[in-house]
Amino acid sequence: MAVRWQAQGQPAVTDEWLSQAANSRHPPEERPSVRAHRLTGDLRDTRETANMSVVEDFDYWRGKPDLAVAVAAIKALTAVIKRSKATTMMGLEIELKRASEELKEREKSSISLAAGCELFLRFVTRTSALEHEDINAGKERLIERGEQFSEISIKARQTISKVGADFVRDGCTILTHGVSRVVVSLLKLAASQGKHFSVICPEGRPDGKGIQTARELTAVGIPVTLILDTGVAYVMERVDMVLCGAEGVVESGGIINNLGTYQIAVVARAFNKPVYVAAESYKFARLYPLDQRDLPYDPKPVTFAEPLPPNMKVDNPSRDYTPPSCLTLLFTDLGVLTPSAVSDELIQLYL
Amino acid sequence: MDGGSRRGSRQGMDPIVRRVGFVTPGTEPEIPLQQVVLNGPGQSSPAPVIIPPRPIIASSTLSQEINSKTTAALKTVTVDALKNANIEASRVSEDLTLSSSFGGSDRSGGEAVSEVPASLSTVTTMVRQVSIASASVPAGGFAGPSVGLTPAPIAASVSEKAAIGGVKEKPKTTRAERKAIQEAQRAAKAAAQGGGKAPSVKGSVAGGGDEKKGGGKPAEPKTPKATPRREGSLAGSEKKPPVPAVRMQFDDKDRVAKATKKNIVEQTETKNRVELFRHLPQYVHGSQLPSAEAKFFRVQEPGHPHPAVYQVGLRYLTGDIVGANARCVAMLLAFAEMIRDYSTPPQKTLVRDLTAKINSHVQFLTTCRPHAVSMGNAIKLLKTRILKLPGHFTEAEAKKSLIEDIDKFIQEKIVFADKVIVDHAVEKIREGDVVLTHGHSHVVEKILEAAHARGKNFRVVVVDSRPRLEGKALLRRLLQKGLKCTYTHVNGLCYIMQEVDRVFLGAATVLANGVVVSRAGSAATAMVAHAYSVPVLICCETYKFHERVQLDSICSNELGNPEALVDVPGRKELTELQGWDKNDNLQLLNLTYDAMPADYVAMIITELGLIPPTSVPVILREYRKESNALELL
Repeated sequence: MAVRWQAQGQPAVTDEWLSQAANSRHPPEERPSVRAHRLTGDLRDTRETANMSVVEDFDYWRGKPDLAVAVAAIKALTAVIKRSKATTMMGLEIELKRASEELKEREKSSISLAAGCELFLRFVTRTSALEHEDINAGKERLIERGEQFSEISIKARQTISKVGADFVRDGCTILTHGVSRVVVSLLKLAASQGKHFSVICPEGRPDGKGIQTARELTAVGIPVTLILDTGVAYVMERVDMVLCGAEGVVESGGIINNLGTYQIAVVARAFNKPVYVAAESYKFARLYPLDQRDLPYDPKPVTFAEPLPPNMKVDNPSRDYTPPSCLTLLFTDLGVLTPSAVSDELIQLYL
Repeated sequence: MDGGSRRGSRQGMDPIVRRVGFVTPGTEPEIPLQQVVLNGPGQSSPAPVIIPPRPIIASSTLSQEINSKTTAALKTVTVDALKNANIEASRVSEDLTLSSSFGGSDRSGGEAVSEVPASLSTVTTMVRQVSIASASVPAGGFAGPSVGLTPAPIAASVSEKAAIGGVKEKPKTTRAERKAIQEAQRAAKAAAQGGGKAPSVKGSVAGGGDEKKGGGKPAEPKTPKATPRREGSLAGSEKKPPVPAVRMQFDDKDRVAKATKKNIVEQTETKNRVELFRHLPQYVHGSQLPSAEAKFFRVQEPGHPHPAVYQVGLRYLTGDIVGANARCVAMLLAFAEMIRDYSTPPQKTLVRDLTAKINSHVQFLTTCRPHAVSMGNAIKLLKTRILKLPGHFTEAEAKKSLIEDIDKFIQEKIVFADKVIVDHAVEKIREGDVVLTHGHSHVVEKILEAAHARGKNFRVVVVDSRPRLEGKALLRRLLQKGLKCTYTHVNGLCYIMQEVDRVFLGAATVLANGVVVSRAGSAATAMVAHAYSVPVLICCETYKFHERVQLDSICSNELGNPEALVDVPGRKELTELQGWDKNDNLQLLNLTYDAMPADYVAMIITELGLIPPTSVPVILREYRKESNALELL
């Protein structure tokens, strides 16, 4: 079912992270930037006072350009643990649950945030089962883990880049969509391996995320063609593969990503082109949408060049759901998975 | 045996591709010309092989061709046995098969002496089987071979056999004659193989039906088949690979005859059965009930089921209890009752005796109605629990723990699971949705009621199908609760599907490849829904999951009462089907279940969460892990 790239025999996402955390605890030569980043993080944590709310914390971390939403959420939750005055693990758990609810309330439609919170809570439950008698030891373990999370997330990104870069062949044309840190890092790695390929980026109306990706890729010398979102089907015949990120990977093996992913996937399927998704395993969410209406509805404002007549409805949902039947493979830090293997991982994690 | 003629001709046509489809019985294929008829009593089974001449009695020494000799000897036995008119045809044919497998073994054994020990052990196993078989043969049915000729292990078992039957001196043969016999056999075999009979390994690979079909075949034509079969039995006795229990194939007369002997409930088979579904039991409905009822009070008889179980069986029979969950719960409660009343007979152990008792009860229930996967899983669990009972438990403790286990199973796996499923599923019904369901699934009913109780505003389409019209019961209950409903038949599916948002279906079982086995008509519903891109949600507790893989609804299904198709309610003038069983050219097929491929299923709602149909094996794996862990405790 799943093509395991890492044959470590660690089934659950959490275990994977745990081992990664253990490895990174004594790194041979730490990437200086990361260490610096962690240091600043630590500094901040010591500075902060008890009256910081979890949402403010989250907003602070969210401001960092390199941090994913889930990482920011987990950072914020770690801060909650630090501030916590709970005397039992149970109490701590309840406190965390409340905090994560607050966070989810803050960004209601964010799948990634919800997945991150849920995953961390799951880890807390598992830890409390482990360290039910000693609250301090439990707290310490949780804090340590939360601290290392951003690092783990960066590591996951590297793993995915390594796994996914093998799929980029010399001379191929790749269609991307939106902006994704993982996809950009994957393509950069492939380019650094000396592979010559070109990328087609749809513009990504209205916030121009495609342009952002194109800019980043051009900076490292990858030839990029920018097209309009409407031109996807036109270019599809000369595309070799579609590669995009994901905001969340759901239980069916489908993905939730920014608007337009579904239509690209549908066009790609019609042309029999492979659709690859690069996503960290912490984006696996316990969600099972059946159609687009099952997603949290979160319209974004959109501007038009021409003034619109009044009474005209404008709808711009921010994300869509791509069913697993439209996807070929998922590049994750657990390895290269088929969409059906996602549910396998999720079941093992949450069962 | 009246089945003899059909069986015989089936054997004749066996190597040819089996005809499928709705073929009228009675048009039996012609028996190949080259076949020399070996007449058993009342059996006209063809044997396309020359039977070697009867060996002439003479003395001889034990030679290296032990193998061929035993073959010859046994052949004599069976030929003799055949001449004995008072043996049942079935037994004879069984013995013949065994001897034919000897014929297979001497192909190698006769040529290479080094192989003799290996094939000897085979021979021994086979002989053991023979002796088992012959144990039930009426006295005088067997003429034992000369004991002195057979090697020790065989001698032992054969002598037992000889003791059972009236001992008749085995004719001794000279070396030359034995050689002649051997040559003849080889020639015969070559002829058999050359005659377009490809060695069918099918017998052991395809499992079930074929292997058993072999049971009734007469001698030599089976030689190519016999070899793999023998190896299979050998491997089985030595390694015991985890071969799943073979399901009863009801076109195998032999087995059916054996099985029905033990039955308490008398079953009469219907005459006009659809060819494609002959392997499934099809009884004349209504014929079993009176006899079963009459036997209800003979509780004192040994081997009679416990009254509670008997009652459940009768209720299965009458169709009083339907639905996988209901049947499973009823069965488990009856078993709990039985265990409560159970006391270990003297000189027996609880573990073994109770297991045997449960087996016989299960068999009884199966004769009332073929059991559902849900019941199978529950039985399996109960049996493992019995086996894992700690040795130091007293009888009372053991009984108590078993009854608790049963109760826990019902509570956890069914009652609580249903609650969780309802909670999950209600989330999937949105405001203003149109929800379609087929038949009457109790879980779906609970879901719809719960969604209504939570103030959701939605409409239900109940699709029903003849002949059971189970949807009516669902419709009545939903209307009582004040839900908005539309009622239609399967005929109206395509029309109504256009306005549907979700399809909720129950399931009898979900198989490892994601195939959902459900009430007949559900697959059609799912297919139409898929065509209209309407998601199909299956609501199923995980205890109904099964490791088996099934691709169609033919190989495993249940035949309902064909009589149910005859009358159309409200249309008295439609009498075309009356007296259908008198017409040989007409068969009625009333299937109970059908299988929907995983492609049509968007989601399976279980108590463990929402899973795609591709994840069924994951659940099965995890569930097994869990139960293994429990067993270790």
